[in-house]
Amino acid sequence: MALLGSMTMPSMASSNIAGTDAKAPKDAVAAAMKHFGVSKEDVRKVLSAALEKGGDYADLFFEHSFANNVSLMDNAVNRANSNIDFGVGIRVLAGDQTGYAYVENVDLEDMLKAAQTAARIASGNKKTAPVAMKGLPIIKNYYPVIQSWEEVTLKEKMPYLQKLNDAIFALDKRVQKVSASLNDETSHILFFNSEGAQYYDYRPMISLVAVCIMEENGKIENGYAARSFRKGKEFLNDDIIKLLAQEAVDKTAIMFKAIKPKGGEMPVVMASGGSGILLHEAIGHAFEADFNRKNTSIFSDQLNKKICNEHISVVDDGTIPFNRGSVNIDDEGIYGQKTYIVKDGVLTSYLHDRISAKYYGVNPTGNGRRESFRNMPIPRMRATYMEPGNVTEEEIIASVKKGIFAENFTNGQVQIGAGDFTFFVKSGYLIENGKLTQPIKDINIIGNGPKALADITMVANNDKIDDGTWTCGKDGQSCPVTCGMPSALVSKLTVGGES
Amino acid sequence: MISNQNKKLAQWAMEYAQKNGCQGVRISVYSGSNTSIDLRNNKTDKLQQAAENGMSLNLFVDGRYGTFSTNRLVKKELEGFIKQAIDSTRYLAKDEARTLPDAARYYKGDKPDLNLMDNKFDGVNPDLKMSLANDISNEAMGKDERIISVDSSYSDNEYSSYRITSNGFEGDQNGTSFALSVSVSMRGEGEARPSSYWYESALFLDDLKTTGIGQKALERVLQKLGQKKVASGKYTMIVDQLNSSQLLRPIIDAMSGGSLQQKNSFLLDKVGQKIGNDLFTLTDEPHRKKAPGARYFDFEGVATQPTNVIENGTLNMYLIDTYIANKMKIEPTISSLSIPVLKPGNKNLEQLIADIDKGILVTGFNGGNSNSTTGDFSYGIEGFLIENGKRTQPISEMNVTGNMLALWSSLAAIGNDPRPNSSWQIPSLVFEGVDFSGL
Repeated sequence: MALLGSMTMPSMASSNIAGTDAKAPKDAVAAAMKHFGVSKEDVRKVLSAALEKGGDYADLFFEHSFANNVSLMDNAVNRANSNIDFGVGIRVLAGDQTGYAYVENVDLEDMLKAAQTAARIASGNKKTAPVAMKGLPIIKNYYPVIQSWEEVTLKEKMPYLQKLNDAIFALDKRVQKVSASLNDETSHILFFNSEGAQYYDYRPMISLVAVCIMEENGKIENGYAARSFRKGKEFLNDDIIKLLAQEAVDKTAIMFKAIKPKGGEMPVVMASGGSGILLHEAIGHAFEADFNRKNTSIFSDQLNKKICNEHISVVDDGTIPFNRGSVNIDDEGIYGQKTYIVKDGVLTSYLHDRISAKYYGVNPTGNGRRESFRNMPIPRMRATYMEPGNVTEEEIIASVKKGIFAENFTNGQVQIGAGDFTFFVKSGYLIENGKLTQPIKDINIIGNGPKALADITMVANNDKIDDGTWTCGKDGQSCPVTCGMPSALVSKLTVGGES
Repeated sequence: MISNQNKKLAQWAMEYAQKNGCQGVRISVYSGSNTSIDLRNNKTDKLQQAAENGMSLNLFVDGRYGTFSTNRLVKKELEGFIKQAIDSTRYLAKDEARTLPDAARYYKGDKPDLNLMDNKFDGVNPDLKMSLANDISNEAMGKDERIISVDSSYSDNEYSSYRITSNGFEGDQNGTSFALSVSVSMRGEGEARPSSYWYESALFLDDLKTTGIGQKALERVLQKLGQKKVASGKYTMIVDQLNSSQLLRPIIDAMSGGSLQQKNSFLLDKVGQKIGNDLFTLTDEPHRKKAPGARYFDFEGVATQPTNVIENGTLNMYLIDTYIANKMKIEPTISSLSIPVLKPGNKNLEQLIADIDKGILVTGFNGGNSNSTTGDFSYGIEGFLIENGKRTQPISEMNVTGNMLALWSSLAAIGNDPRPNSSWQIPSLVFEGVDFSGL
């Protein structure tokens, strides 16, 4: 509901934040300060209070978010929800220790109180004074918006949900129910730290989800399709509706033919796209440097060592245009970047926040992200994917005598220290004598990170990012991410199923 | 507690919404505060403290319905927010099933305090919080040379909410909770660094168990060293009381009116039918005093009551709120359960294990999912192989797969050991003939 999104607060009645273009940072920051109703003097005072107990570093993360949901059920667009969230998080670092507090207003007295609370993490006499502010311009905007969600009315969004509903019903007579929802969010982020960095970032997000229920001979199955991007209203068009409708129907229809396979250890061919969940769970989390600096990751001693086939390179990337996981600048003032975590089979970099980068004496990688002003930044993935190999998917499938082809996924999980990771396969196929045969459904696959990575023996040339609504949870914080992968063969994983 | 100022603000917002075109309004305001202290190897790692508040509005406008929330509790901003919310809601399709509940179903405020709020919350000394976290860490620190790190934490929170509707409901809810936890990470075989945890929680600080937590976390990680997968096959499955709720959750989700109305439930047309065997008896006990989850009314303000949800395997009810009741033209019940209690047996976990010849004890789930329309599930697990009544091998990297209805029909025994401070009172559970896949 964009009308709410465009609502202004008294302190920013006339402010139109320069955000959608990479304008001069000073202008953008100044406009944002006006929007939030804070002065340079306030910022300086709060940063000073944050460091008064001897902290080494402090930052202020102002956030103003507008989230809107509109949904369809039983053929009618009949439900809307909007939320406004506003506040500032204050963080103090003393070595690798963190003090954190937040307030939901910008009253100087409340901000100072919160800063003093966060400051208590330090207990020294050393006084670090914040230095003069210097702007961090958004050098490259990975998510420029043509039409901001703040300018779009509910009325303009509603027909797309109706079209999606009608398209799904038109595709298959077995469709019984359709529900669909469109969720947009616009976040204004204003950041300052004690090293003088300041930036403003405008972060759009959109997701469209369709759920389809079909009935065949008394059996009922469900399936869904979703896309999410950092885009404005231009995301909505007839093509995306057509694509999601077809995908929702296909993913549901296949379930009627699918069986639970016989379980046990076997080769698994990961289809291109959403199979990137394997990378996210099997290695991505275990490469997050907070676990490694604490020595609690199964990869803690593996930096610069060969951990898999030399044809494999894995990237965590915050720079893909319009990607759900992209960051112009992370939540602690480090530019978004593309980070090779595995290059030609060698573990080349962990994913760093400021604390871990300092610990390892390396440059931060722009992975310091947080759910909102209520949370401290921690190392998080962005878009995690594998680069293409040199065989075809057909060649990989043909090489497997008996195994599983895993195509659609819903969720995954990992134990960072033990290395056991899992992902849930919503649908796929049996592979018998080098061919896809019987569809399968609803099985969990489990493996161990380093072993599974070492067991990737073939990588295809069909790399693909999955632009679904992937959300990663860690330490109670949710973060938007994506993943991607070319088709690849893992020679051995444990597949759930009947015995 | 909600300040009188915010209560007045809620009342003002309700009147303002009505004046501007809402026929029905439900408003709630909430406030909360929390602190947490995390130690790593007895050194402070993180200190966090916060207080927050906000308002949510459910608006019924000309047969249409929208929900809105904000943490900007400034009257002047709320005026614009509410007006625009009403305008937006008017765009939506009409949905005549959207109504406030019949006022006769509301909680009338006539019952004694549930005793969920520790009035000493604000006065807890920060040094005490720190020393509690330190003491439980010391129970594990240095006790084994393979220990990599001991993470301990103290956390507390306090919340309150105030809810009113335009057809006469008014109610308060509030409470506190305190928790202590320890996680121990240890060198295992090869590069593996297995870890385990333990925690205790309570609504009142004086009731919080403050010892044995680090020790228990250490014991749990030591027990799991040397995990392996074992042969695929059918085993008796025993799930401990930390994890048994995971197997009940899909059943409760499938009872929800929203899922049923969308035909997205494997319990469709199952009221009055067997959905498990005779051992499976589930009640909802919302009025337990001093118990997490206790409440006199649900989010609509509808009065809760003790209910037999599943009796000897027969499903007695669905969870039907006002909207779904109107839409499906059936009687409403309650929107969600408060304190589900699975009727316990008379043995503890060790006694249950002693009765098993060949089985797998599940002490942790790792991912997996359950299909909401069919009840088919598959989850990753870790735990122990049980042979002749004893744990003989720690296991991991295995899956358990089946169907919820078949699973609950194979329920063989129930423990007497639900976690005392959990809002779901689910003991250890034993099921026969469950498919595990491993080697």
